[in-house]
Amino acid sequence: MNRHLISAADLSAGDAVSILDTAEELARLAERPIPKLPTLRGRTVVNLFYEDSTRTRISFEAAAKRLSADVINFSAKGSSVAKGESLKDTALTLQAMGADAVVIRHSASGAPHRLAEWVRGSVVNAGDGTHEHPTQALLDAFTMRRRLGRLEGLRVAIVGDILHSRVARSNVWLLRTLGAQVTLVAPPTLLPVAVDSWPCEVSYDFSAVLPSVDVVMMLRVQHERMTQAYFPSVREYSRRYGLDSDRMALLPDHAIVMHPGPMNRGVEIAADVADSPRSTIVEQVTNGVAVRMAVLYLLLGGSTGAEPAVAGAERVGATL
Amino acid sequence: MAGTTQQPAQQRAAAGEPAVHRAAEAHSAPPGKSVLGPDEIRRALTRIGHEILERTDGGREVILLGIPTRGVPLARRLAARLAQTEMISVPVGSLDITLYRDDLRLRPARALGPTEVPASGIDGKIVILVDDVLFSGRTVRAALDALGDLGRPRAVQLAVLVDRGHRELPIRPDYVGKNLPTSKREVVKVLLTETDGTDSVTLLGSGDAVPPGIGDAVQPDSGDAGQPGEAGQ
Repeated sequence: MNRHLISAADLSAGDAVSILDTAEELARLAERPIPKLPTLRGRTVVNLFYEDSTRTRISFEAAAKRLSADVINFSAKGSSVAKGESLKDTALTLQAMGADAVVIRHSASGAPHRLAEWVRGSVVNAGDGTHEHPTQALLDAFTMRRRLGRLEGLRVAIVGDILHSRVARSNVWLLRTLGAQVTLVAPPTLLPVAVDSWPCEVSYDFSAVLPSVDVVMMLRVQHERMTQAYFPSVREYSRRYGLDSDRMALLPDHAIVMHPGPMNRGVEIAADVADSPRSTIVEQVTNGVAVRMAVLYLLLGGSTGAEPAVAGAERVGATL
Repeated sequence: MAGTTQQPAQQRAAAGEPAVHRAAEAHSAPPGKSVLGPDEIRRALTRIGHEILERTDGGREVILLGIPTRGVPLARRLAARLAQTEMISVPVGSLDITLYRDDLRLRPARALGPTEVPASGIDGKIVILVDDVLFSGRTVRAALDALGDLGRPRAVQLAVLVDRGHRELPIRPDYVGKNLPTSKREVVKVLLTETDGTDSVTLLGSGDAVPPGIGDAVQPDSGDAGQPGEAGQ
């Protein structure tokens, strides 16, 4: 595996499957009386969050703590960033403190990529602008595999605000790598310009897609990123692209409903759909911790990727 | 009839035809000095089974936990022996120790093996850890740590097919299939029908070239942190 996890598109099928398999073993940890492992003792993970996030930050924090890593949380509000510090200077500060991994969320696409050039530790992308959110795609794939038993040949519809969604982009690439077929469903205004070059199909008719899919993944309309009017009204959007119980009835019996959260009940997903047994929304949160543990273990658990194993041995020797 | 290639031999042997074991072995046994053949392994496990019954009051409250990879089939075989001799059914599970190793940072992150603890739990039970080779003792140390996170057994015992010496920790086995004096440079290679299509224990001398594909399998199983370069860690 690479030293960083910046994009789901960088993952080979082998890497992705090894993350999912590792997560499968780690998921059982939660059932144990002591759900903690000593594996990353002495490693430091910094959560560097330039954008608000509850579930992703807490999920990474829980994952790191269950592996016994030390966690430092750094949010842009109330920090030196508010005083005007640049990303690079923040990165150098973290470097000087000896961070083994930096988990970064940033409103600018590409920020984790730049950060990876400045720090010596591993960089994990926890969402950058409208670009990627690879651990979300991994936990989605993990949830599908657990519920439906396979990924190869699955038909997945991703519905909603594709334009602003890093979750959609990461999912398209990862699911493609793992052999699933993705159909994006959205109004034309909420699709990226270059969507024809993505490895997936596109449809504007939600109801027509539903009968033939195994998974339907609903996305939130990201009003905070919208600078212009993309659809006439929320009500009209909801009527054409929202998942209510009538639309859910069109799905095959085995199909599941996913949502990366946070959801706007009544807009993209009706409350009774979100709470139905087909919905995996709560499972996705639980699985998120296992998948992020797997990622942290595979990035930090061994001799750190870039250096040869011998260098790792020397370092251990030097610290003893 | 028997496997001219190893793959079909594996499948057939896994189905438990003893005739195929021997034929497959003739084809795939690695070079080096043979220490135990299929019959000797069978006898050693039968003896260990009897010893377990003697020392645990007929196998009461016993749980067998195999350490992946090859400890797991050995634990299953021991459970089958106990069922045969005494008509008792002993819970069998597996205990992966990868996340508890003390040499994790010396090599790239490894894939995890399965951990399956019987539903009855391990609290108050006699847990018998089962592994193929006992060498430095570091695997067992890691397994003891892992057990501590799973519960509080009444006692923990250790059964190994081969004890090759060179302990680096104060750990001793309770049941041994074969005591094998070795030099640190030698490699003990255990093959089992369930994982390798044949039953054999071989000693590869320092002079013998380790055949490709066998070397990788050897280190995690017999090695712990037991390679010469890491022994002083």
